[in-house]
Amino acid sequence: MSIFINKDTTLIVQGITGKEGSFHAQSCLEYGTKLLGGVTPNKGGTKILDKNVYNSVKEAVKELNPDASMIFVPAKFAAGAIIEAAEAGIKLIVCITEGIPIYDMFEAKRAVKLNGARLIGPNCPGLITPEESKIGIMPSSIHKKGCVGVVSRSGTLTYEAVYQLTQLGIGQTTCIGIGGDPIIGTNFIDVLKAFQDDPETKAICMIGEIGGSAEEEAAEFIKDYVKKPVVSFIAGLSAPEGKRMGHAGAIISGGKGTAASKMAALSSSGVRVCKNPADLGITIKEALI
Amino acid sequence: MKIHEYQAKELFKQYSVKVPESILCEKREDIEKTIKSMKMPVVIKAQVHSGARGKAGGVKLAQDYISAIKTANEILSMELKSSQAGIKKVNKILIEEAVNIDKELYLSLTFDRAKEGISLIISTQGGMEIEEVAKTSPDKILTQLIDNNFNPMQTVKKLGFSEEINNQICEIINNLYRLTLEKDATLVEINPLVITKDNEVIAIDAKINFDDNAIFRHEDILSLKDESEENPYELEAQKYGLNYIKLDGTIGCMVNGAGLAMATMDVIKLSGKEAANFLDVGGGASSEKIEKAFKLLISDKNLEAVFINIFGGILRCDFLAEGVKNAIKTLNVKVPVIVRMEGTNKEKGAEILNNSGLKFKVVKDLKEATEVIKNI
Repeated sequence: MSIFINKDTTLIVQGITGKEGSFHAQSCLEYGTKLLGGVTPNKGGTKILDKNVYNSVKEAVKELNPDASMIFVPAKFAAGAIIEAAEAGIKLIVCITEGIPIYDMFEAKRAVKLNGARLIGPNCPGLITPEESKIGIMPSSIHKKGCVGVVSRSGTLTYEAVYQLTQLGIGQTTCIGIGGDPIIGTNFIDVLKAFQDDPETKAICMIGEIGGSAEEEAAEFIKDYVKKPVVSFIAGLSAPEGKRMGHAGAIISGGKGTAASKMAALSSSGVRVCKNPADLGITIKEALI
Repeated sequence: MKIHEYQAKELFKQYSVKVPESILCEKREDIEKTIKSMKMPVVIKAQVHSGARGKAGGVKLAQDYISAIKTANEILSMELKSSQAGIKKVNKILIEEAVNIDKELYLSLTFDRAKEGISLIISTQGGMEIEEVAKTSPDKILTQLIDNNFNPMQTVKKLGFSEEINNQICEIINNLYRLTLEKDATLVEINPLVITKDNEVIAIDAKINFDDNAIFRHEDILSLKDESEENPYELEAQKYGLNYIKLDGTIGCMVNGAGLAMATMDVIKLSGKEAANFLDVGGGASSEKIEKAFKLLISDKNLEAVFINIFGGILRCDFLAEGVKNAIKTLNVKVPVIVRMEGTNKEKGAEILNNSGLKFKVVKDLKEATEVIKNI
């Protein structure tokens, strides 16, 4: 098994005719994802990658009834695109777009909740269930089917962890980038719970970073709920206070959100915390024995 | 994005929040005329983006014209620590008529990450840093999430002031909440908010931070940006769409992706060195962009070495190699360059570097990188 997506998950892409949207839609399609079509306002009736393009998510849902939507809409309009997908009845919304205004996300999250949908991201690489389905922008070739669940606030750092695992011959059940923004749809706890409940996942790799308190909250949750081994790395031990380190959410402010505090919280919950990201793969290997 | 106090106070006025009479002064020759047009005593305030202006001597009270002119001249030429630009000469001062203070409060509206909303924070311990108050007397701080059921009076009543004062504070909260949403502010802070002896509630300080992601829809706010408050390296990087932060170490690094860039800085630290910068070249960087990034990196005179760590997903390793090769060709690079490339087209990338006739130390993974940096 896997979490959130599998070989049967059907997908549309919002913003499919854009440069990024079409490039990644094609990559997902090539990976085996069941891509049904896409949405771009005013491009309805055209075709791309041999799939139909619709003017609205509502129209696409009426014709295709997809399980999921992946969003590549520019930041200005991305929160609107999330709301549109949620209101059209899509149950899994994966928003790749970076740079969405914080207060736009208030409304987007309300709509997602109201309609009983799950949002992954924004500002994330998406998710992949290796050798089954990819809804995201990660390089396909580094993944391998297996028993480790990977969850991360970062993109390329996740690829680093996955690559180390695959090099050691260890595959993954599902890899999820939950996003680097201060407001995201799915948090560590949601994913940890799903991995704990998934019988095929034998160990969990959790990659956090400075800013906010999501890792501390995850540590509490792990203490109470997660019985599987968890291996973690927290990026930003060397980051200075008050500087936003690339991700909108990666900032230490007022002495809060430091890597040290997150590492301590996770360690006290029994998580194996790696100081050097180079040790992630090998530590997971040890945890699996 | 941050703005100056005098700019924040202009916004407060637009939103009907009372502030003292004040005049901004940028030139020495204007000081005397400005001060003589005002009522004494006055407070002279350095306008720099820094949390601790008062402690650093950048805020001073003057009782009469002569001392006001002297103080204003002193502050206008002094050097203060700025939060972004390091030590910075004060270029602007705000001269403000002092008010008759009875009580000092703290009031802020802030984006509350944990609660995913905007929170009101109010305290009777004004004038102190709120983090300090939180440590020493947390019971003196009232925090309330602003949701659909929010009524400011319920919170304000707890402060124990008269109805006349409470009404004024509530009006300020309502007006600042409007400002917060309309201008995408992530922090609106008044410290102190004062109650005068005439029972007026006035903001004698003002601080506003804005959501960088929302600046595109606020040209008025963007026009308030003071570039002299930015680090010059960072300003240059912004022009090329690079995510760059200047740090104090000696190992320059260039990485794709913010998480991996932070992790790379951590690897450098674990090797016993410090990163000279944070640099995320982004997902789809072209070789031109890489070249620009490398030039910027190498312009730092304190470098001992450069570490390039790329996990090619969307960013192809051959583009990276091409950019680095071109940059090194035109520059006289004296420090060792360590390269770790993984992912899309890494063989092609390695070939370009190997055939460039330039010296690189290619490492196969982060483990080896840790060792190599240790031995520089």
